Amino acid sequence: MTSAVSFKQVSRHFGSVRAVDAVDLEIAPGEFFAMLGPSGSGKTTCLRLIAGFEQPTAGSISIFGERAEGVPPYRRNVNTVFQDYALFPHLNVLENVAYGLMVKGVGKAERLKAAEEALSLVRLPGYGARRPGQLSGGQRQRVALARALVNQPKVLLLDEPLGALDLKLRENMQEELKSLQKVLGITFVFVTHDQGEALSMADRVAVFNDGRIMQVGTPEDIYQRPNTRFVADFVGSSNVLPPDFVQRYSGQHRWGSLRPESIRVSNATSGDGVAARLVGTNYLGATTRLALDAEGLRLHAVVPAGTALPAEGEAVMLTFNRESLHLMDEPA
Amino acid sequence: MIIAAVQSHPTPAILPGSGGMRGALSDLFWRRPKFLLTLMLAPPLLWLGIVYIGSLFALLLQSFFSIDEFSGLINREFTLKTYGDLLQAANLDIILRTVTMAALVTLASAIIAFPIAYYAARYARGRWKALFYLGVMLPLWSSYLVKIYAWKLILAKEGILTWLLAKLNLLWLLDTWLSLPIVGGNSLSVSFTGTFIVFVYVWLPFMILPVQAALERVPGNLVEASSDLGASPGQTFRNVLFPLALPGIVAGSIFTFSLTLGDYIIPQIIGTSRLFIGQAVYSQQGTAGNIPLAAAFTVVPIVIMGFYLWGAKRMGAFDAL
Repeated sequence: MTSAVSFKQVSRHFGSVRAVDAVDLEIAPGEFFAMLGPSGSGKTTCLRLIAGFEQPTAGSISIFGERAEGVPPYRRNVNTVFQDYALFPHLNVLENVAYGLMVKGVGKAERLKAAEEALSLVRLPGYGARRPGQLSGGQRQRVALARALVNQPKVLLLDEPLGALDLKLRENMQEELKSLQKVLGITFVFVTHDQGEALSMADRVAVFNDGRIMQVGTPEDIYQRPNTRFVADFVGSSNVLPPDFVQRYSGQHRWGSLRPESIRVSNATSGDGVAARLVGTNYLGATTRLALDAEGLRLHAVVPAGTALPAEGEAVMLTFNRESLHLMDEPA
Repeated sequence: MIIAAVQSHPTPAILPGSGGMRGALSDLFWRRPKFLLTLMLAPPLLWLGIVYIGSLFALLLQSFFSIDEFSGLINREFTLKTYGDLLQAANLDIILRTVTMAALVTLASAIIAFPIAYYAARYARGRWKALFYLGVMLPLWSSYLVKIYAWKLILAKEGILTWLLAKLNLLWLLDTWLSLPIVGGNSLSVSFTGTFIVFVYVWLPFMILPVQAALERVPGNLVEASSDLGASPGQTFRNVLFPLALPGIVAGSIFTFSLTLGDYIIPQIIGTSRLFIGQAVYSQQGTAGNIPLAAAFTVVPIVIMGFYLWGAKRMGAFDAL
């Protein structure tokens, strides 16, 4: 089966800056694919390479089997939802949504009908006559989505589309985007720096750092079985354990990762486990996050709210199941 | 350190006033922001209202008086006779000639200014931007008359342009152009073409700067979004860039159009002997002493600009503001 998007050794260098460096990537048709990474990691540049706003300095890109280098954005059947939506301020909502059809020469009645349908799809029916300036951030975001979807793109690119929304709205939109993608069956490529968003929405996630892909896998793979310290630390702030520490518990001299929620904290002062001292507590609502100091090693544990907690500064004993300690591929 | 300082020198929560006139005045301005605004706006508004608009109004009033053709004295009674004079064929000719010239100059300025403004807004950064501003503004620093006389020399029959075209074996092109009716003449410096060239040169900065300011406000990702949605560069220009730059183009065209309508020096030095509105005003109020007709002539550009702005607004030129 041909990939929806295929990168072969793709690089995009800006002078001496390697924004994207020899990236290989295969995105399957109909997949919800997330590109996750800190700012400046190259994920947005990858998105722009697919859209055609950037051209690779090396390597080859194909979209549904067709070579895309040197093809301008307006000849790619790929649409983008921009980070700040990029709605045309001089057009009303309906004209914004119908824009793509207008420039393709679709008749007025037909394109306005299609635009109205697209607005219903994003649950904004009847908003066509308003100006983008009269809409809230969440509504603008839906208009941007409708404007892209009305063209029935082969691939939909979303550049941190939820970044500017408040928490509640963001959670709603996450669910909506996911169900929309299921219904439409369009390949979604979603760029985000929010690991929670990537894990909850995507079928597969690529973790970026310094212009390279560190790991590609299902959300579970990425979360439970990170292959490098960077992935373990960036995706869900895992405890990264140095090889000497790991050797004591697993017998192997390798870097390890341990999820904060796999650590149990007890008041015991003796017995099996890692002796540590509680240095801080953060109340997070459903859970409480504990900062621990185990002979100079800084660890975090997450315990359910309501658990009886030792006071700050007290000595505690940490225990965890051997199987929740994940050994990473990265050489020690 | 900070903690120690806070503990050893307890500071009051409310600081005492700085005292004196200035302190009291600062506090007053802070409490009454409108007072400061009034204080700052009153002098310029008085100047505009009385000296500027007032004298303009006085001038307009003159246009409703008439001149006694026998004695040459002004008859201070309300009449529309002067406006009737304005409709004489010779005077209509002057108006038509001026408006056509102003429209062509505006169109040419907009066409030349757009690429320059686009480059400056989109691509020029740092040093290049400074060079752009310098390049656009520099001609404004030198005397208007010097520039016009320089152009007279450039466009003259013995001038550098003729010399250059002769070297390029393109003199036939110039001769063909000059043999055309209306736009032609003995040389460029005594033709309407010459007047047109100098008008465009002199007013171009007034078009470039507002267009550049308008384009500067167009976010770059709108161009990307248009391209992403399938618009070719030409379609992006027509559907996104041009509508968003239109307020700037209209602002610039107000300058180029009204400045051309009112100018009387350029057509006097470069061009034919046929009059433009500015020259007509100059000769009517000077040599002929016909102040009412001169005033009526000055009303013409005001009315034209009024219609122009009304039309621009109806076209939606200011929607993107």
